[in-house]
Amino acid sequence: MDRDAFESIVQKNRDEEAAYAHHVNICMSSGCIASGSDAVKKQIEADAKARDLTKTCRITGVGCLGLCGSGPILAVEPTNTLYQKVKPEDSDDILDHLDGGIVERIELRQDNPFFQRQERVVLANAGKINPDEIESAIGHGAYAGLLKAVLDMTPEDVIKTLTQSGLRGRGGAGYPTGLKWSTVAKARSDVKYVICNGDEGDPGAFMDRSIMESDPHLVLEGMAIAAYAVGATEGYIYIRAEYGLGIKRLKRAIRQAEKLGVLGKNIFGSPFSFSVQLRLGAGAFVCGEETALIASIEGHRGNPRPRPPYPAELGLWGQPTLINNVETLANIAAIIDKGGEWFANIGTEKSNGTKVFALSGKVNRVGLIEVPMGITLREIIEDIGGGIPDGYAFKAVQTGGPSGGCIPAEHLDTPVDYESLRDLGTIMGSGGMVIMDETSSMVSVARYFMEFSMNESCGKCIPCRVGTAQMIDILNRFMNNTATLADIDLLEDLCDMVSHTSLCGLGQSAPNPVISTLRYFREEYLDRLAPAPDPV
Amino acid sequence: MSKQVEVAPPSDDKRWRIVNATMRRYGYTPQALIESLHSVQEAFGYLDDDSLQFVARRLQVPLSKAYGVATFYHFFSLKPPADHNCVVCMGTACYIKGSDRMSDVLSEAYEIEEGEITLDGRFALLSAHCVGACGLAPVAVVDGQIVSGLTPDNVLEKIKERIDDGS
Repeated sequence: MDRDAFESIVQKNRDEEAAYAHHVNICMSSGCIASGSDAVKKQIEADAKARDLTKTCRITGVGCLGLCGSGPILAVEPTNTLYQKVKPEDSDDILDHLDGGIVERIELRQDNPFFQRQERVVLANAGKINPDEIESAIGHGAYAGLLKAVLDMTPEDVIKTLTQSGLRGRGGAGYPTGLKWSTVAKARSDVKYVICNGDEGDPGAFMDRSIMESDPHLVLEGMAIAAYAVGATEGYIYIRAEYGLGIKRLKRAIRQAEKLGVLGKNIFGSPFSFSVQLRLGAGAFVCGEETALIASIEGHRGNPRPRPPYPAELGLWGQPTLINNVETLANIAAIIDKGGEWFANIGTEKSNGTKVFALSGKVNRVGLIEVPMGITLREIIEDIGGGIPDGYAFKAVQTGGPSGGCIPAEHLDTPVDYESLRDLGTIMGSGGMVIMDETSSMVSVARYFMEFSMNESCGKCIPCRVGTAQMIDILNRFMNNTATLADIDLLEDLCDMVSHTSLCGLGQSAPNPVISTLRYFREEYLDRLAPAPDPV
Repeated sequence: MSKQVEVAPPSDDKRWRIVNATMRRYGYTPQALIESLHSVQEAFGYLDDDSLQFVARRLQVPLSKAYGVATFYHFFSLKPPADHNCVVCMGTACYIKGSDRMSDVLSEAYEIEEGEITLDGRFALLSAHCVGACGLAPVAVVDGQIVSGLTPDNVLEKIKERIDDGS
């Protein structure tokens, strides 16, 4: 396929879409499917057929519309109406109001800050396109960035644009993506690989799953641009086996992209070829660590190995390998399309662009949000999230999952960027953001994460394997009110030892939830000390 | 490339063809180990000794390694599944909203600990670290379907309802 053929597909789909007077888009992501969106879609399709609307009203299953806590969500265009908690019996009323007016009982107002405060780059097309049809994605701009990269830019230009954009890894650590790409590009080898890390393991995080379910082509396009820039010809997506819908949609997307010629041999008629395979994770959190992930793709146990050498030099099957997280790759197409400078203008000086967060826990509006970097935690929780339900007071926000920490109320005005969060003793992480109210015990939260890390420790290095188990013992003493003051010192010593001597990121960051709760909620630990023995 | 060996599947069950197709797709190389075990588990519900031996021999991987991989990854099960499997999500959002109490209620009602199967093999109580449905927390996954809006008072009823629907 050449440029003209591609352009004609874009035009054809835009024309086709414009031919319909009305569009009803129903969220068919995991969250809304669990709330029953499938039955809603079937009912509306049947009713539209009975009303003879099939030629004027297009009913589409789309990706995530964001407010997962109020699903099933449904959008009507061009009236720009959103409905929440839709049931099959609402179908007739919705179809009655296609031309105007609104079904007030299920209306989801968009002047609501949940929508107003967001800025969508990664999720721009989630909720607009049908993730099962490549033509639908192309009509909304998919693969235009790849076309521009492959036909109009050199690999050096692509890396230069990316460096200029200031994009940093969205998996949590925030390593500059342009630098990572240029390291792999410089590595001397005929065979290189690109890996997309979709092993989203943090409990409380569902950003990457939503991206892969809602806009799988965005991820594939990002991988293909990365492969072009670094000189790779093969790519792997490592995705959790639990993400059944994401796996299904990605498989279909790969097949469609290869059939159309935007993936595979001689993409857009150029000498560049790139193919993608899927590899299923099998429920090991440590496989989010890049060297463990590589071991898993090779068919081994997911044990990490010391770095250096980094995968950029010695990765999959000993070849230079680029590993990026799903959300990082989902940013690439827009950066190539609109330029590095455009991206650098979003966000703060050192943290550019937007970040997708999975907002959950004790908060009124639960869902998937994309916000510009630099927004404050308070704006996210109070404006977008609508505050704490049931009249309780806010206590802490947890970011970064088992590798992160808890931030108390006095730091809510901190801007969300890599450095500010690090200074508070937590990390940006992959994007899980769990809100806790005054009823949550912070010692119990710390214990919860430590138990997670203990269970997920691969057992290769002793500080992590034994240290996490020892910390659980101590935390249990606090939970049973049998701890002493000396246990706090011991706990702090262990945190220090485990974080400084563990082999990989799992162990190095496992103490973070304990460190941060000791820092901000020390009195909760003190309250749980064993009662002093009665003086004899 | 080492010489390939012909290994007969443990039985003439047609499902072995699916497993074999997976191994063939990767040229019967050791890298196919995890994908092949996925394929076995999808077809048979769990990995038994015979299937581990078959996959290990066909891919020329030491049996110890196949067993090591099968036990390293939580997703693989070496025990047959129950008729109905209830996975209570213990992700952060669900935990904050009290999913441990749901698990306690079910554990008491079915008289089994988490991770166990009832004696009649009908019901298994399991837990997961996060099923990614944080928006609907607290949730459980019953036979692959998400059940949401759980409270300690309604959890038993909701789970039973779903099980009865399915059987």
